[in-house]
Amino acid sequence: MIWVNAILQGILLGGLYALFAAGLSLMFGVMRFVNLAHGDFIIVAAYLTLGVCETLGVNPFLSVLLIVPVMGAAGYGLQRFLFNRVLGQDILPPVLVTFGLSIIIQNVLLDHYGANGKKVTVGALDTASVNIGGDLAIGSLPALTFLAAVTIISLIWFIFYRTSIGRILRATADDAEIVGLMGANNAHTFAIATMLATAVVAIAGGLFAMRTNFDPSAGPIRLLFAFESVIIGGMGSLWGTLAGGIALGIAQTVGGQIDPRFQLLAGHLIFLIILAVRPRGLFSRRMS
Amino acid sequence: MSQALLEIRQLDAFYGDFQALFDIDFQIAPQETVAVIGANGAGKSTLLKSMAGLVSSKGQVLSWNGAERGGWKAYEAVRAGVALVPEGRRLFASLSVEDNLKAGAYRQRKGYWTLERVFEIFPELIPKRNNPGSALSGGQQQMVAIGRALMANPDLMLCDEISLGLAPRIVKDIYLTLPRIREQGTALVIVEQDINQALAVSDRIYCIQEGRVSLTGAPADFSRQQIVDAYFGVRESAA
Repeated sequence: MIWVNAILQGILLGGLYALFAAGLSLMFGVMRFVNLAHGDFIIVAAYLTLGVCETLGVNPFLSVLLIVPVMGAAGYGLQRFLFNRVLGQDILPPVLVTFGLSIIIQNVLLDHYGANGKKVTVGALDTASVNIGGDLAIGSLPALTFLAAVTIISLIWFIFYRTSIGRILRATADDAEIVGLMGANNAHTFAIATMLATAVVAIAGGLFAMRTNFDPSAGPIRLLFAFESVIIGGMGSLWGTLAGGIALGIAQTVGGQIDPRFQLLAGHLIFLIILAVRPRGLFSRRMS
Repeated sequence: MSQALLEIRQLDAFYGDFQALFDIDFQIAPQETVAVIGANGAGKSTLLKSMAGLVSSKGQVLSWNGAERGGWKAYEAVRAGVALVPEGRRLFASLSVEDNLKAGAYRQRKGYWTLERVFEIFPELIPKRNNPGSALSGGQQQMVAIGRALMANPDLMLCDEISLGLAPRIVKDIYLTLPRIREQGTALVIVEQDINQALAVSDRIYCIQEGRVSLTGAPADFSRQQIVDAYFGVRESAA
């Protein structure tokens, strides 16, 4: 039963990883932009959630809803006025710029908040769980996180496949030059993609802050988890990203069940195995 | 001639250090059909891309409905009413036929053309509407590319080598739809290497040779030989 439990917890953890990964996958999918500061964006969202909770004294979930538009707007501006300048044929400039941004964010956070771990408390929900028969129980917060992941990925799917701007985002992924002939301004389209990504990051970071301790240096490992989820699931596949997150989550919790020291390593091993056996991921969208 | 829909004066265009166009003057009136002919590499596509805003040119003087719009971007040209059918079709590979067509209507310019009316002139696309753009024959892909441009409801449609790589019978079918497009008041610029098709449908022609206009006027004004000379670059005996 402990193994069933480990898998169950892994699935729920996978929801959080899918939320980490969705934004990264979206930006890479639409404009081949690798954002190395993605993990640090998550931590910024965590601190923002904490800050809004403390200063306004509101419920953490309300606080997350408040920072979503803020992070989204910041993402739009960042893409439009910084990232677009380095976006081109060469993949290196975006990597360098976002790597630098990552270092800046970490140091600003360290300077402002110090190195101590913080956490956003959600009161009784911190430890609440639901018994689902036998010895099995699932935590309410992880379950909510998983639900949020499914909802958000459905929402992104809806935007991509059922709206006019979504069609243009998919077209941009195919051929960014020709999209201009459809009357779409790439600078704006790219910024919309980043806006969606950072809005999802806001939710991911908020839920992350409620779940566990975080400090200014916690970003890069979240970036790694996000990368692994995207690669496992397959580039450019939204539901693949959820599957990738779940696979990574299960690997970690089952690994942790074998030996707590084995937890992170097990996740990396699954990632390496997938990379070796199915380098395009479990659900990779066929690319021409 | 009444006010030009689009006018270009003394256009030079460059790719890096390479100059593709020299001092080109061009104009097209509303509802007119103009053919731009010339050999491979003469600069026809560059001229078209300059009109559509894909190639931005130094010192470009371009006016649209009398307003100076030099250096406009592709998305600004589309908003103004210029649509380009790009060379080689360039469909969005992961989008269905229907999504490709709808992508063309992104700016939501009002006009005659709707999804239904595009399917009306290209009925063989209807059973393929949910297929990806890449799973079509060359002729069908060209129909989608034309349909996608029409969905923008342009006042001026630029067609870059729409016969390229297609069987003569398919080319004929596609050219048969052009009158239906003209009926809706759309001006056309048709770039071709194949002179026959272009001459048959156009009111005026421009022949481009090595980046310069070598001949311009109504097709009927020229002998076959004059056009061939302007096309291949046989200059009239030095005066």
